[in-house]
Amino acid sequence: MDPNLRPVIAGFIPLLDCAVPVVASELGFAEEEGIALKLVRETSWANIRDRISVGHFDVAHMLAPMPIAATLNLTSLAVPMKAPMLLGLGGNAITVSTDLWQQMTDTGADLKGDPVSTGKALASLVFSRYSNGNQPLRFGVVHPFSGHAYELRYWLAAAGVDPDNHVEIAVLAPQVMADALRAKQIDGYCVGEPWNTAAVSAGTGRIVTYKQAIWPDSPEKVLGVTQTWAERNPETLSALLRAFSAAADWCASPENAGHLSGILSRSDLLSCPLEICMPAITGQMRFGTGEPEFSVPGFLSFSGGTKAVPMPAHGRWFFEQMVRWRQALASEEASLQAEAVFSPQIYRTALGLDESWLEPAIKLFDA
Amino acid sequence: MNGGLSILVIDDNKIRASIIEEGLQDAGHDKVIVVHQMDGLVRQIADINPDVIVIDLENPNRDQLEHMFQVSRAVHRPIAMFVDSADSHSIEAAVDAGVSAYVVDGLRRERVKPILDMAISRFRAFSKLENDLEEARTELADRKTVDRAKGILMKSKGLSEQEAYDLLRRTAMNQSRKIIDVAQSLVIASGLLGD
Repeated sequence: MDPNLRPVIAGFIPLLDCAVPVVASELGFAEEEGIALKLVRETSWANIRDRISVGHFDVAHMLAPMPIAATLNLTSLAVPMKAPMLLGLGGNAITVSTDLWQQMTDTGADLKGDPVSTGKALASLVFSRYSNGNQPLRFGVVHPFSGHAYELRYWLAAAGVDPDNHVEIAVLAPQVMADALRAKQIDGYCVGEPWNTAAVSAGTGRIVTYKQAIWPDSPEKVLGVTQTWAERNPETLSALLRAFSAAADWCASPENAGHLSGILSRSDLLSCPLEICMPAITGQMRFGTGEPEFSVPGFLSFSGGTKAVPMPAHGRWFFEQMVRWRQALASEEASLQAEAVFSPQIYRTALGLDESWLEPAIKLFDA
Repeated sequence: MNGGLSILVIDDNKIRASIIEEGLQDAGHDKVIVVHQMDGLVRQIADINPDVIVIDLENPNRDQLEHMFQVSRAVHRPIAMFVDSADSHSIEAAVDAGVSAYVVDGLRRERVKPILDMAISRFRAFSKLENDLEEARTELADRKTVDRAKGILMKSKGLSEQEAYDLLRRTAMNQSRKIIDVAQSLVIASGLLGD
């Protein structure tokens, strides 16, 4: 490798939305910006957090709320962090067992995943179990500080279900969710793709709603970097952001969907059949076994340029969820810190973007 | 002397787990419990009520474990990660070795530090063991390749075993390559030429 390239080590978790760092490294986008990008596959979000905080990783593929939780010292080995770029929008879904889905359709759940309708159907089942004194339904999420946890909780709460008292929420690794569902250890889960499609194609699960329907075009994974590293390596970070932005545009291009799925399904990355990677990447989703495919625009989206800019409003929303679910205490100061984690400045400067445009309004399905 | 701390070791690598267990027992800790899988772990943790939990970083269920701690904090059984942020050297050594440790809140650091240090050194010893084994395997494979190359030379050029080996070595020296690389090229080339 060219000795003039600046080395950057990035940790990632094998999920479809690790596409941007993977493509930046594999297809030469990083090298073009003068960076020798080395990727390290990790097995847990806790490892990602620990290894970035001790300096094993310079940057990492992270759950959007993670850098906020670290900055606010809500998690182990916390260090102040920045989320200078969004690596993927959408991409998650909520899947339930086929048994539970059968009961939900009997209560009139929408077949295309409308969160109001499916939430209402689930709520009536939750309450009848509750009043009969039956075991509460059990749902899996991948991490307490994750979009998955907040989407599931938001969806349940919007239907009147108290996620802390009417159901149980457990944490499980993404790749074991479908197996846990089949083994009836859980009744449903919220996870990133391809681990919903995996249950659909195995015939054990049915997708009931999805992130894009709950909060359209919302951030899912971010590039996480410690504040110290960002301050010490501003030029390297800028170059990396330009490389990632170009890689994200490549990932977003429909004609690259097959190529991208082929790379991600490899045994050193997701190690899964190519067919289960395709639906989320092409936006052609199948929600249940034997059901027709249909198009869900923006189900999972990648893009460079302005769509990848982190926004203070995103940071504030995640912080509000942490307060809502008693992970953090409400404070104006903490809220401002959370906003600063999602500051758009580093990315805009790196890409030379216009500063004059407005933050998008955050609009959830029930607002 | 160690005041009967109970230590839970979570490691699905049984050999490594037993190496740690043994080390801790040698150091006078008699309450060491090893679990290899996460099924029903919540109940086990409640039953064992460990003072310290040691887990390997390769375990994909670390997030699950930490969530259990968070939940148990809500029911007033406070558990926190041991490695406190002041001791960054310990943290790095632990992460480097591939181990993480957690303790019940309130346990004094000096009582836990030797346990973490023991786990770190045992993890390192185990990975050295694995590397040595891997090296031994490679060495064996290398020797087989050199033997095959010698065999090819003996057959095609009518050389003795020693002459064949000398030829390999001379070629390697002349080309500034390793003997194994020359032997490998020869085996591949001979395969291409249909032996």
